[in-house]
Parts: sequence; C-alpha cells; structure tokens
Amino acid sequence: MTRAVPVNLTLGALVSALFAASLLVGPAALGLGESLRALLTGQGDAVVLIMREIRLPRAVLGLLVGAVLGLSGAAMQGYLRNPLAEPGLIGVSATAALGAVLALQTGLAAAFALALPIAALAGAAVSVLLILGLAGPRGGALALILAGIAISAMAGAGTSLVLNLSRNPFAVTEIVYWMMGSLADRSMLHVWLGGPFMLAGIALLLTLGRGLDALTLGEDAAQAMGVRMGRLRWGLILGTALAVGASVSVAGAVGFVGLVVPHVLRPWVGAMPSRLLPASALGGAAMVLAADVAVRLVAPDQDLKLGVLTALVGAPFFLHLIWQLRRVEA
Amino acid sequence: MQLTNLRVRRGQRPVVDGVSLTVNPGEFIGLIGPNGAGKTTLLRAALGLLPHEGQSSLALMPAIKRARAVAFLPQGREIAWPVRVADLVALGRVPYLTRGLSGQDRAAVELALDSMGLAGFHDRAATALSGGEQARVLIARALAQDTNLLLADEPVAGLDPEAQLRCMRVFADFAAQGRAVVAAIHDLGLAARHCTRLILLHQGRLVADGPPREVLSPTHLAEVFHVRGYQAETPDGLVFQPTALLP
Repeated sequence: MTRAVPVNLTLGALVSALFAASLLVGPAALGLGESLRALLTGQGDAVVLIMREIRLPRAVLGLLVGAVLGLSGAAMQGYLRNPLAEPGLIGVSATAALGAVLALQTGLAAAFALALPIAALAGAAVSVLLILGLAGPRGGALALILAGIAISAMAGAGTSLVLNLSRNPFAVTEIVYWMMGSLADRSMLHVWLGGPFMLAGIALLLTLGRGLDALTLGEDAAQAMGVRMGRLRWGLILGTALAVGASVSVAGAVGFVGLVVPHVLRPWVGAMPSRLLPASALGGAAMVLAADVAVRLVAPDQDLKLGVLTALVGAPFFLHLIWQLRRVEA
Repeated sequence: MQLTNLRVRRGQRPVVDGVSLTVNPGEFIGLIGPNGAGKTTLLRAALGLLPHEGQSSLALMPAIKRARAVAFLPQGREIAWPVRVADLVALGRVPYLTRGLSGQDRAAVELALDSMGLAGFHDRAATALSGGEQARVLIARALAQDTNLLLADEPVAGLDPEAQLRCMRVFADFAAQGRAVVAAIHDLGLAARHCTRLILLHQGRLVADGPPREVLSPTHLAEVFHVRGYQAETPDGLVFQPTALLP
C-alpha cells in the first residue's frame, strides 16, 4: 500500500493539470483569467457559452472516458490473468458501436440528438445479455473470452454489412468518422447521459480489487480464500458493460488506452491488481485528456480524431515496451 | 473435516466413488494413490469447488467462514503477476481483511515467511524466483491463512531434499499444534516417514486408511501400485522405498 499512494498522488496531480489544460486549450483564444471567471461565475456571454457548453463537457468526458478505459482494462487483465486483455474483449465496444452505426444509418441520430448514444447503450446491453447467456454463471475465463470474440465478430460483421449496403455516402462518411473516436462537439447532455453509467461502472469495478488479488494464485486458490467467482465475474461483466458501453456511446471507440495504461503502471504498483485498478483509472484519464488536448494543438484545423491519435502514439509505445521486455526475458 | 459417501462423476464415470472419512485434530494425513486415483478431485470436491454427491462438512460452510477454517494449496503453482513475495504471502489474509492489513495480519505473514525459511525474501518479485522457492512462497501463503485445517495437493513435488523435509516438518508441526493437514503426496517414502495416517485411493475408491506401516502393506502395494517395496524402522522413523516393479 505504501508504494501505491505516491503513484496515485502523482497521477492525480497529472490528471488535474491535464483537466485544466483541456479547459484552457481551444480554437477560441481566451485569456486564462477570463476563461476561469466565466466558468466559475457565469459572467460574460460568449465566453460562458464556450467554457460551460463546449470545453467543460469535453474535459469531463475526457476524464470519465479515460478513467473507464484504464480501469476496465486493468480489471479485465486481472480477471483473465493476461496482460493482453483489453476492455473490448467481452464484445461490449463492438455491439455498442453497432448500435451507434445503426442510429447513424437510419437517420435517427440526425433526427434526435441523443438517439446515437442511446442506441449505443442498447447495443452494450444486448452484449451483456448475450455474454451471460453464453458464458453463464458457472462459465470459466475461456468461455468468457470465446463468447466475447464471437459477439465482437458478429457485431463487427453487422457494422460492415451496414457500410456495405448503405446507399447514403454521407451516412457512410459519418459512420467511419464516428468510429474513429472523438470528444469534439459533445454537450453537457452527453455528460448527463453517459456520466451516471460510467460512474456506476467505475464504482462497481473498484470493488473487485481484493478478489482479483486472490485470483493471482488461480481460481481454486481464490475460491478457497473465500472469493465468490460467480459474483466476481458478474461484477466484471456488468461494470465493464456499463462503463465501456457508456464511454463508446459518447466518444466512439478509443483504442489502446485500456491495453497500454495498466501495462505501463503495473510495475509502479508492485503488480497487485487491487492497486492497479485506481492507478489505471487515473492513468487512463491522464492519457485521454492529454491526447484530447494534443489533437487540438497538433492540427487545430484538421479535426484529428482522438482514437486515431491514441492508437498512433499508443502502438509504438507498446512496441517499445515489448522491446524492453524482450531484453529482460532474454 | 468429515466426508460422507462423497462421489464425483465426470460424465457417467465416478472419479471419486463413495469416500467417507473423518479428519481429527493433530493428524497429518497423506493422501496417496497412483495418477488418476482421484486425489485432486477428492480435495477439490471436499472444498466444494466441484459439484458432488454425498456430503462434505467443508462444502456446507459459507465461503468466508470456510476460508477462515481451511486453507488450500492447489497443485498448479500459479502466480500470475510479478508481485512482491510479502504481498503474495499476505494474500493468505484475504479472508480476514476489512480494510488494510492489521498488525495481526502482518505478524501472521512474518511467521509464515520465517517458517518456510523465506526471511529476507520480502521484496523479491515472486515470479523471478526458482520453482522450488515459488513453491515455498505458496506454502507460506497457505500458512498465513492461519486455519485449523490445511489441504495441500502435491506440495512437495519438484522440491529439493532440504525444501521437501522442511515442508514436511512444517506440516507435522502444524498438525502437532492440534490442527490437521491432508496432503496428496506421490513420494511414498516421505509420506511413510512424516504422516501420522495414510489414506490410499485407487480408481476413486478408498482402499486403505490407517497408520503408514499398515497401509503400505505388500498386498496394497501390489494391487494398487504394482510394485513391491522395502520397509524398515530406523532411528529416524519409518523408512519406505519402492524397490521393484511386479511382473
């Protein structure tokens, strides 16, 4: 415990700084004092609008989406005892994306602003029902992985089918861009819709720490130490579905955060899953906030997508880690 | 622990077939039998980790209460993450934790580390240790659980002689404190020398149950293991060595 506290404090400070940066960076060149005054007091018309309706939701969503992805990645890796696991493994991301794609294709998303996130949440709910049906209350880790792969493949095929048969080039473009993942142009409505689900998911996943610790020694040993595997699996599936489903519904698919963040932080918390959970939530938030600030700075006029940047930066970084690991193991 | 007519089926075939036995305080029981005799299945079913017929007093307990009464050392020595040795052994305190580790928890961890000869290993990464050291760390984890009963599935397999003897002595001391150990053991010599009682399983059935010199009789050895062996009383206790295959 002694080592995890400074790690969390450091990460917490980093997240606070990046959250502030997210509020202060944007195409509208606002002064520091002016922005903060507008945000806190509501004085000054256009600035208040920019701060409260554009930048604040974007920063809050960046914080939540990042926390959700880092945390659920750490929980999934802990449960499966595999550092290659990531939150999308149980099929939630793919089905949520399919829900959103259907909303875009049918025009529902254009007709009513929250149709897209609601359809994505419905998709996530479907995947939970499927996975519980397939990997059942007594199912093991392998059944969970295989069911997740099958569900992801099915949802992916559905998405491809929509793109394939679509006669509407605008819808296709919109779908392709949406799937890249972004936090641009989100409103407080998105925060109110996705936020509660993400917070509930975070709360649920954070309770799993002790069970995941015991699971380090295998399922039998964990059960003999009083861990109820059925409940652990339920918490993992439900928590991930709530959190990741909601995150996809408001931000699209943001890749690599859930895979890289727990991997990077593991050595800093002594590899204990219970300490990795909060650290990964903070680390994920820091990564997504940083990436979302970066897309605004790197290419302010290009609308560079958040998910593109996280993968672009995440993948080489991951390769570097693998390179280091190879040297250690050799 | 009390098992009454315990039966576990895999498909239609019973893997453990109507086993009844009672474990008393002070006993160090060696569970012996050839590969596939049902030793692992018996231990797992007794804990309630497998669906079974008949009754096991342990399987009837609520999970947390059982975790404070009996510790289990599975055969697969799995350590998924490079955690510190002290953190790994502290996992044995999971059934007692409310928030962080208390002073009592830390004391139990230190005692367990010391008894397995692991003082000074605290900050080593468990996955970086040798196989034998890992086995000792895992045994220390089970000891830290501070239960009255310890079920161990092949705890000494793959250990060097010093570690084997240390492990058997720790188990014997554990039992001598009025607690009990049931350990599946393949090494009949170690079982004969250290256990107070042997239980012989063959094709899922309990074939013999009693003091080592009776259970390791020529008839049982021939019927179950298809070997004969040499038995002698020495100043260091009963010595047994399988000597030849039977035709």
